[in-house]
Amino acid sequence: MFGLGKKDLSLFLIVVGLALFAPFLLNPFPTGSSLAQFNAGYPDLMQRFVIFGIFAIGFNLLFGLTGYLSFGHAAFLGMGSYAAVWMFKLLSMNVIPAILLSMVVAGLFAVVIGYVSLRRSGIYFSILTLAFAQMSYNLAYSVLTPITNGETGLQITLNDPRIFGVSATADGGIPVTNLFGLEMRSATTLDIAGWSFSFSAGYYLCAIMMILAFYLAIRIFRSPFGLMLRAIKSNQHRLNYTGLNARPYTLAVFVISGMYAGLAGGLLASMDPLAGPERMQWTASGEVVLMTILGGAGTLIGPVLGAGFIKYFENIFSKINDGVLHSWFAFLPDGIENLVVGLIHPFVGKGWHLTLGLMFMLVVIFLPGGLVEGGQRIGRLMRRRKKPAQDPRKPSPNPAE
Amino acid sequence: MGILEVKDVNKRFGGLKALSEVNLSVRENSVHAIIGPNGAGKSTLLNCLVGKLIPDTGSVLFDGQSVLGRKPFEINQMGISRVFQTPEIFGDLTVMENMMIPLFARRDGSFRLHAIRSVRAERALVERAEQMLTDVKMIDKRSMHAASMSRGDKRRLEMAMCLVQEPRLLLLDEPTAGMARADTNNTIDLLKEIKESRNITMAIIEHDMHVVFSLADRITVLAQGTPLVEDTPANIKGHPKVREAYLGEHA
Amino acid sequence: MDAIILQILNGLDKGSAYALIALGLTLIFGTLGVVNFAHGALFMIGAFCAVTLSRLLTLSHQVLDESRKDFLGNPLKVDVPYVTEWFGETTGAAIIDWAVPLAILFSIPVMILIGVIMERGLIKHFYKRPHADQILVTFGLAIVLQEIIKYFYGANPIPTPAPEVFRGSFDFGVLLGFDPNAVIYPYWRLVYFGFAALIIGGVFAFLQFTTFGMVVRAGMADRETVGLLGINIDKRFTIMFGLAAAVAGLAGVMYAPINSPNYHMGMDFLVLSFVVVVVGGMGSLPGAVLAGFLLGILESFASMNQIKAILPGIDQIIIYLVAIIILLTRPRGLMGRKGVMED
Repeated sequence: MFGLGKKDLSLFLIVVGLALFAPFLLNPFPTGSSLAQFNAGYPDLMQRFVIFGIFAIGFNLLFGLTGYLSFGHAAFLGMGSYAAVWMFKLLSMNVIPAILLSMVVAGLFAVVIGYVSLRRSGIYFSILTLAFAQMSYNLAYSVLTPITNGETGLQITLNDPRIFGVSATADGGIPVTNLFGLEMRSATTLDIAGWSFSFSAGYYLCAIMMILAFYLAIRIFRSPFGLMLRAIKSNQHRLNYTGLNARPYTLAVFVISGMYAGLAGGLLASMDPLAGPERMQWTASGEVVLMTILGGAGTLIGPVLGAGFIKYFENIFSKINDGVLHSWFAFLPDGIENLVVGLIHPFVGKGWHLTLGLMFMLVVIFLPGGLVEGGQRIGRLMRRRKKPAQDPRKPSPNPAE
Repeated sequence: MGILEVKDVNKRFGGLKALSEVNLSVRENSVHAIIGPNGAGKSTLLNCLVGKLIPDTGSVLFDGQSVLGRKPFEINQMGISRVFQTPEIFGDLTVMENMMIPLFARRDGSFRLHAIRSVRAERALVERAEQMLTDVKMIDKRSMHAASMSRGDKRRLEMAMCLVQEPRLLLLDEPTAGMARADTNNTIDLLKEIKESRNITMAIIEHDMHVVFSLADRITVLAQGTPLVEDTPANIKGHPKVREAYLGEHA
Repeated sequence: MDAIILQILNGLDKGSAYALIALGLTLIFGTLGVVNFAHGALFMIGAFCAVTLSRLLTLSHQVLDESRKDFLGNPLKVDVPYVTEWFGETTGAAIIDWAVPLAILFSIPVMILIGVIMERGLIKHFYKRPHADQILVTFGLAIVLQEIIKYFYGANPIPTPAPEVFRGSFDFGVLLGFDPNAVIYPYWRLVYFGFAALIIGGVFAFLQFTTFGMVVRAGMADRETVGLLGINIDKRFTIMFGLAAAVAGLAGVMYAPINSPNYHMGMDFLVLSFVVVVVGGMGSLPGAVLAGFLLGILESFASMNQIKAILPGIDQIIIYLVAIIILLTRPRGLMGRKGVMED
């Protein structure tokens, strides 16, 4: 079905299911309970899950398949956001032209940056992309202020022309983003017993985009194009002597991946119509690298998992403050309680980046294949336990040469 | 007129004359070996044939077209495939995937954005790859990770990847270098099989006399960057000049 | 003419910092083959060594000063640093005043220790891993180090003044026969440049004239061969890492008065220093130094008002532009060797 193999199809259906039922799945705890703070089923956070999922899927097409490590991918996300906000300012508050333009703009920049950067590989490529991204960030921050509104960031105002829309709503407010009239922020809430589930139009738009992005990624992975990209990572020398020109392949995937980032940026702006230079900073580029690695670079589902994982814990960890910690460890004697809280304190709240950095290191050191590899290891362990009858002294059927 | 014509090629590296006045003609459907002691310029010559080096003067024509200054992928697209000293394969991919890449290269050229249809849907190419794997007796290894195979199997796979492209000229760079006797013999058998079962032109750079004399139709002896003689194996064996320059130490 | 000289001078101190960081990066890359994204953090830690020492020196306790009264007529409580109590008023004050230069002594052992721990504890395990993994793990480390500093010192820049005597400016213009005040240059920046020149000279002399340095240079050229000679390269490389860390740290210590240390200064400099290394040529020590000064001076020229009037914003991007152009026209950088990181 859908032109996918059996395994890919089930993977795809899992992702579709996760995305569509996220408002239920991410809200396992009743609203009033003390565990409700671990719920993630509110539109704002769910939107970030899927949007950064798109970003990471795109990044993985480049890094996971070809091994080219771009350290400047956030630049495309930022450009996408700026492009989308400009569409809201000039055209109308409909998200479709905004999203389209964000992809086109990111794609065009990716052509230029990729054309230059891909002339080198390895560490040089990483540094070139980093240099381009920093350059874009610096420009957005300073000289291009007429386009980017500098440090403040680009916002929509009452004075924007919006030639196909209205500058201001009837009651004088700033209009909101919509899809042919369906407001992105509109949501219906479903209350069942103690639970409250929120279904937001904006989230479902993003989720559908993510599903499409994921589907396309599967097709690319399994296509001859994807095979060539993996061949580039494996042995570029042999590829050249097999009659294939690596450069257009890498450029094509760089542009596709840049457009994914642009789409993510456009969606971010569609959910909340503003764009600032900090979206293009190297830390933002580092974050998408982290999502991909954490989930599992080169795997299909890995980036989606990684993006969700990081955005979820970012949200939870940032919310935990000393008060929350004290309430958790209240059962301990006072001295120990204070000690435990003191030990955890640096890693939560504002210390989230410390946890992130540590996690990053631990994953690279111990689990280079990310969560997917971790899951496979656990799976193997379980299977081994199930059939311990195998004689350990028996040599393996295919001894290494 | 041979399919590959090397004319008056000279190449210097600083003060060192690596190749001087090399003339060589490889005839279609023959196996041509280039032998010579270490430092005779064999590798330099080979690198000139595949575009890695550009000679100072002279020309290298393949089927009447110059190969000089062309990139490796262009030369491959002209119909020259190459086997390396240490097998160059796609280690991270399966044997079958390794076979598909050269087939795509032959059908689609050096670049084509085939991003939607799956590799498996390319029935015709899959069949050709399977046929080739059967021919080289590797069909049972089709889903194996290429990097995990023995060196002999890697060599076999590399050869299959080149042959499946149906090259008009197959270049082999010391295909048995560093191999054990048994592996060497296997490789010779494989090459003989290939030579007998298909119309193929091969140029072999080789060190091992055994390999050369059991395969070649014609042999060029290179010494100090210049061709000494070119003749059939039988004549080469008895040639006094060759004995002096090359076999002297062994004779 | 005076404007040009002024810009060259202005470029020197930034150039010195770039050169010092790039030198350390190149040493680590050349010897260990590791791309160290945490090198900027070492620079930042160096600057915080200066902050720490100046805080330690001003540690004080409150003393009732009978000679001064507050408005109620009670004796005034004043903070008296321990240092002045121990060494007397004048010496104590001088020690506090000279906190930054004194931090040089303080930082050398600290930085070497940090460097050695980093190499033995982490980097060592990444020699055989792909460059991408090295980049990623050191990138993670950089975040961690940066966040630790932020946790202890806060997010705001911490002003760390130079000693009193260096706070003025030197009038170069008079020396060269221009109008007074045409070319004035802060003393501390001169000191920084001199200091950087000294360290760079020291590192080169060390590599050139000692047996240790010779082995390291040989190792940079061809690691395997030197390893085959039975020379224990690994130990020497650990020391090299410590040395590179110390160089970065010293660059940071002395930079503290020029730019108040903050937790993210390391990354800001690192990105530029990588560009410097690439422009200079990966693995070339003279290239790193040359490119460092060159780019520092170029950057300062680009921030001249006359140039910004023609090309607005050029000062923000000049270094990246130059790097991109160099990489495209001379892929190995200004002085890069063949065969270094070609794949």
